[in-house]
Amino acid sequence: MDEVERKAELGESPKLWPGPGQGLVVPGYRRDHEAVDPPHDWPDYRGTILRHPKRPLVPIPNTLSDVTGPALGEDRVGEADFDLTAGFAGEPQGQRLVVHGRVLDGNGRPVRDTLVEVWQANAAGRYWHKVDTHPAPLDPNFTGVGRCMTDSEGRYRFVTVRPGAYPWGNHYNAWRPAHIHFSLFGRAFAQRLVTQMYFPDDPMFPYDPIFNAVRDHQDRKRLICEFDFDATTPEWALGYRFDIVLRGREQTPFEEAH
Amino acid sequence: MSIGSDPRRLAPTPSQTVGPYFGFALPWPQGPFVVPEGTAGAIRIGGRILDGEGRPVPDAMVETWQADAEGRFAHPDDPRGAVEWGEFRGFARCPVDAEGLYSILTLKPGPVPGPGETIQAPHVAMSIFARGLLQRLVTRVYFGDEEERNAEDPVLSTLPFGPDVRSTLIADPVDGGYRFDVRLQGDDETLFFAI
Repeated sequence: MDEVERKAELGESPKLWPGPGQGLVVPGYRRDHEAVDPPHDWPDYRGTILRHPKRPLVPIPNTLSDVTGPALGEDRVGEADFDLTAGFAGEPQGQRLVVHGRVLDGNGRPVRDTLVEVWQANAAGRYWHKVDTHPAPLDPNFTGVGRCMTDSEGRYRFVTVRPGAYPWGNHYNAWRPAHIHFSLFGRAFAQRLVTQMYFPDDPMFPYDPIFNAVRDHQDRKRLICEFDFDATTPEWALGYRFDIVLRGREQTPFEEAH
Repeated sequence: MSIGSDPRRLAPTPSQTVGPYFGFALPWPQGPFVVPEGTAGAIRIGGRILDGEGRPVPDAMVETWQADAEGRFAHPDDPRGAVEWGEFRGFARCPVDAEGLYSILTLKPGPVPGPGETIQAPHVAMSIFARGLLQRLVTRVYFGDEEERNAEDPVLSTLPFGPDVRSTLIADPVDGGYRFDVRLQGDDETLFFAI
């Protein structure tokens, strides 16, 4: 009996991982996002014209580099960072909102303890950013930046004000529908998502090439939050719910057996 | 919300552009530092983001993710067991400046196990976000002084393109680190991956 057989008999791994002939099998993330994401080349949005690659993307299997990812948060998120209306001398202008929801993966599982970052324009449609030259007022009591971690059920919650629509130079009389930017990490480099949350029934929807770059109506609907009466707080704030779905992992044989 | 026959299956939320106004929200002072300044063996990886006319993109943001110097990840899905990292974060976020330049401080990663029995050459995974990018672009930074490992790398060695395109993934050694420019479009366009 050689060394490998002896160890196999004892139930030990005959060799340090990866074992002989076994190799490394990493369950990857499904690619169903490719059907819903906007294309890189979308000339209606002029910013894409000189910035989209012309060579097709090269698909590569998910490796350890892609199924792992940073665990950010503890050092970046303060207790009050979920409240975009706090920390200033006074109250911001605008309609106060509670924006909340769950972060799930494509298999319906909560994404726990993951960093959610948001940023937005103020109630007048102006960003706290030197590049924004829209002649609407800045609000000294609102910068429009928030962060929080999801809880054990994948829930997050922000307190903010409703952002205004704002003009941009893309085409004649171009206005962005009101939106809040979201940035999420999930638990893997492959799950990284930056997106925008819109509000129900925005009259700017038909005119916005960024929103409409998501080609399917059903997919666009998932960028729109829902009014949430249960999250609406008497005498204080309107509630909106926005659930976010990150890519789901391919099922492992173990899971499929259940 | 479900897709196909599996009721648990949910369609992903679509991507939207990061836009031009993230600068007051996403960057933070330690963002570009995978390791603190003064860390022994630290290298800089930096370069320029350029558009289809070869002009610097002044409003992009780069994020990187990588293994440590041993080729391991501080993550429960590393089957060798997650390592405990001290001040090495594995991740960097760096907005570009007005000239389109980014620079991160990190340690050179070790080789990482690839599919099957393959070994991936040392590499850094990179996302690029910008106004005009409706979804992030993903590429990889390989190292120009790792010719032997690069030749064995399961991604680099199976690209459906010639050496000119392959070379867009290779960072050039320079004083103190490596130079890696990203060309979003054009004849010398960087190779981007669907992961």
